[in-house]
Amino acid sequence: MKADVLVLGGGGAGCSAALHLAQRGARVVLLERGLVGGQASGVNYGGVRQQGRHPAELPIARRSREIWGRMKALVGTDAEFTVTGHLKLARNEAEEADLVAYLDTAKEYRLPLRFIGRNSIHREYPWLGPAVVAGSFAPEDGAANPRLLAPALARAAREAGAVLLENTKVVSQTRDVDGFLLVSEAGDEFRAPVLLNMAGFWGGAVAEAFGEPVPVSPLSPNMMVTEPVPYFIEPNLGVVGGNVYLRQIPRGNIIVGGGDGESDPATPWSRPLAEVSIEAMGHAVRLVPSLAGVQVIRSWTGIDGEMPDRIPVIGPSGTTPGLFHAFGFSGHGFQLGPAIGAIMTELVLDGRADVPLEAFAISRFAGPGDGGGAKA
Amino acid sequence: MKVAVVGAGPAGIRAVEVLVAAGLRPVWIDEAAEGGGRIYQRPPAPLKRDAKALYGFEAGRATSLHAAFDALRPQVDWRPETLVWHIRPGAKQLHTQSGPRRDQVEYDAAILCTGAMDRVVPLPGWTLPGVTTLGGAQIALKAQGCGIGRRVVFAGTGPLLWLVAYQYAKAGAEVAAVLDTTPFATKLAASPGMLRDAATFAKGIYYIGWLRAHGVRIAEGVTPIGIEGEAGVSGIAWRDPGGREQRVDCDAVGMGWGLKPEAQLADLAGIPFRHDPLQWNWVPERDVAGRTAIAGHYLAGDGAGIGGAAVAELAGARAALAVLEDAGRMVDAAQLSRLDAALARQQGFRAALDRAFPFPRALAAGVADETILCRCEGLRAGELRAALAADHAPGPASELNRAKAFSRAGMGRCQGRVCGTAAAEIMAAALGSTPEAIGRLRGQPPVKPIPLVAEPVA
Ligand SMILES: Cc1cc2nc3c(=O)[nH]c(=O)nc-3n(C[C@H](O)[C@H](O)[C@H](O)COP(=O)(O)OP(=O)(O)OC[C@H]3O[C@@H](n4cnc5c(N)ncnc54)[C@H](O)[C@@H]3O)c2cc1C
Ligand SMILES: Cc1cc2nc3c(=O)[nH]c(=O)nc-3n(C[C@H](O)[C@H](O)[C@H](O)COP(=O)(O)OP(=O)(O)OC[C@H]3O[C@@H](n4cnc5c(N)ncnc54)[C@H](O)[C@@H]3O)c2cc1C
Repeated sequence: MKADVLVLGGGGAGCSAALHLAQRGARVVLLERGLVGGQASGVNYGGVRQQGRHPAELPIARRSREIWGRMKALVGTDAEFTVTGHLKLARNEAEEADLVAYLDTAKEYRLPLRFIGRNSIHREYPWLGPAVVAGSFAPEDGAANPRLLAPALARAAREAGAVLLENTKVVSQTRDVDGFLLVSEAGDEFRAPVLLNMAGFWGGAVAEAFGEPVPVSPLSPNMMVTEPVPYFIEPNLGVVGGNVYLRQIPRGNIIVGGGDGESDPATPWSRPLAEVSIEAMGHAVRLVPSLAGVQVIRSWTGIDGEMPDRIPVIGPSGTTPGLFHAFGFSGHGFQLGPAIGAIMTELVLDGRADVPLEAFAISRFAGPGDGGGAKA
Repeated sequence: MKVAVVGAGPAGIRAVEVLVAAGLRPVWIDEAAEGGGRIYQRPPAPLKRDAKALYGFEAGRATSLHAAFDALRPQVDWRPETLVWHIRPGAKQLHTQSGPRRDQVEYDAAILCTGAMDRVVPLPGWTLPGVTTLGGAQIALKAQGCGIGRRVVFAGTGPLLWLVAYQYAKAGAEVAAVLDTTPFATKLAASPGMLRDAATFAKGIYYIGWLRAHGVRIAEGVTPIGIEGEAGVSGIAWRDPGGREQRVDCDAVGMGWGLKPEAQLADLAGIPFRHDPLQWNWVPERDVAGRTAIAGHYLAGDGAGIGGAAVAELAGARAALAVLEDAGRMVDAAQLSRLDAALARQQGFRAALDRAFPFPRALAAGVADETILCRCEGLRAGELRAALAADHAPGPASELNRAKAFSRAGMGRCQGRVCGTAAAEIMAAALGSTPEAIGRLRGQPPVKPIPLVAEPVA
């Protein structure tokens, strides 16, 4: 099968790329090992958050937030995106100082943020525990249902003319004079002059196949959900340091994250860990004491790729013309996914993107002198 | 050697007996306060009744198992009212919750004897108060000494249907009708096979005969239409084999269509599953001795595939012997071959029983759009079907876990234990596929809900 662009990986990022490319008339073929959104993009916490991001990510997050706002028109469903605000909490003075320091970063990138001091935080949110000393509220942030986003993007991409093949595992990727050749486990061949590596954690293996290995490791945030209880926690809650985060959906269930589970990306296989769940429960109850006794009905985790500096690899390959990377979102790529697809489309079709990408260059991991090897 | 046994039903009791005889002191865990499991569940002390009244023909077996349990208890690390909510097979750890207490149990070998639960088909009105499973109806009678209603209808199929109806009638309750979805002819055709266990077969015949002789209304080959009522149950309607509509007044309904393994721990342990074409259940894979593909993890009893209480006793002992064999201990060869022969004899009988009381696939596949399918999530069958349609906004679901992700079917407290079987039939029918291809809902910890607490008590 021949195409203008091959997309390797059907997570939120890859499906968005397929959609945006197809909308601009490119012939796209996306290859996904399992089902679209079956990995990190389908099992994450659902946080659609800009607050607290690395400054380099904020322009992308701003752009993605704009797409989230018109998701229904774009893909036929809003994927339950709700603008609840994101409330980041401090539990001591050092954490409070952290919140204050971020206000300047936010201002620089025009991210609306409201600082809530000691005197007001408990008045505004009377259900917060005494451990909380301050908060920072991002009114534009919120949450969505991760189970719906990637499949909805995929469906819209198909309608726009893209070909998305599920249950198609790519087992070899090479480039010769005719361009890229991907071969699936079933032996099918796919060719195109352009390849987008959007394979999540497994993007590291794809980069390595083209001579630019990177130090990517599996990241498996530990997640739980409770039975439904009357709705009272409106904002998506986080804390400085990130050892717990939780949100309630209007039907009542509370989703709680914190710590990491275990995984084996080779299978792929991932599971939450009992002691990590228990610890996150403790943090959650200290944050919102009335959660004590609420029943946890399910827990899970997934696999994202984490880079040592906790920001992704985005941009052209350093070794192979026509190859572009976007992977290793380090536990916070659900919010970014929609914009990543748009940005990759611009990189491919226009040769440039409207957001600065230098910080994400794969060359930051290239060893001195050898142009390819990973840093030890 | 540290051995952990989960479950103190017939399988768990016989497993622990073998381990203790070999000089071991296993950790023995059950959610229940007492040993006995489902069939030989003991009433709380204030409700003591004699074994004959409680267990009927099984009184001898019940007394013997309870005596075995009582003798074993001081020789093991017995942990009652303790839920195993997670298992980590690589590290060989069980995670338990008992009241506010949370513990971790390390083991070299674990025998999972987690039993079974009723298999349910959603009917219109099945979520009304007054409707329970057959097992629930039986537990109300055995453990609490009271029935689920004054005028009760039992609907479904399987040996338990007739047994529970008999137990209710015998205890003095008014049984308004017994509605079996299996036609008489199907049972008749399977009866030669059932004669392989003539005693058990005779008991089944006896219950049916006793109910007939006592004038209980019996209908076979029925298609249930629905349970009627507003705030509670007022009646039940069905279609007889001739297609005529029938109904009867009642204030409670017990329903169930056979059993399915409670195999969440086996699933979390990473043991592979297969769809058993006779039982029409997903069952964890194991060999005759209960060994699994995951070293150090053994299965016995109904949790390893429905076999009934007698098989559970044999399988429990056999799995414990496998644990000892695998640890390089001497085991009694004569005992081994006796158990293997007895287990092999039971297989033919079970197969005939499964043929005699088949799962009503068409009834499950045809659950009406407006009927509640997943009661935890309040989801109607039509909402699941909508998630399969080509025009479904996030795309059409093609397998069960994706349908769960899209529609929330199986996402509630029970994690799809109750609705999973019917959901798979609905999907298979709508997509022209089979339940085997549609798949099964992945197990996720906790096996049952556990509370959020600030500081776990350990
Ligand atoms: C539990 C959890 C909670 C999270 N919470 C949040 C959150 O609240 N907010 C947030 O913004 N982010 C969150 N994240 C991070 C976010 O989910 C990820 O960063 C994001 O989904 C990554 O998208 P992706 O498309 O890069 O990767 P993926 O979704 O992993 O997609 C990559 C796809 O590539 C496919 N693939 C890989 N190799 C091959 C091959 N050889 N052939 C074919 N296909 C292949 C995979 O099957 C996979 O579907 C969380 C992540 C996890 C795991
Ligand atoms: C409700 C019901 C009623 C039945 N009534 C009859 C009957 O009257 N006659 C008949 O012949 N057969 C009956 N059966 C079938 C019969 O129960 C079984 O064939 C037999 O009990 C199987 O024995 P077992 O040891 O495998 O499991 P069980 O007797 O079911 O014992 C399993 C034990 O494991 C415990 N357990 C399970 N999971 C966990 C966990 N995660 N943590 C801690 N403990 C756990 C349970 O509390 C239970 O005590 C019934 C089945 C059910 C479900």
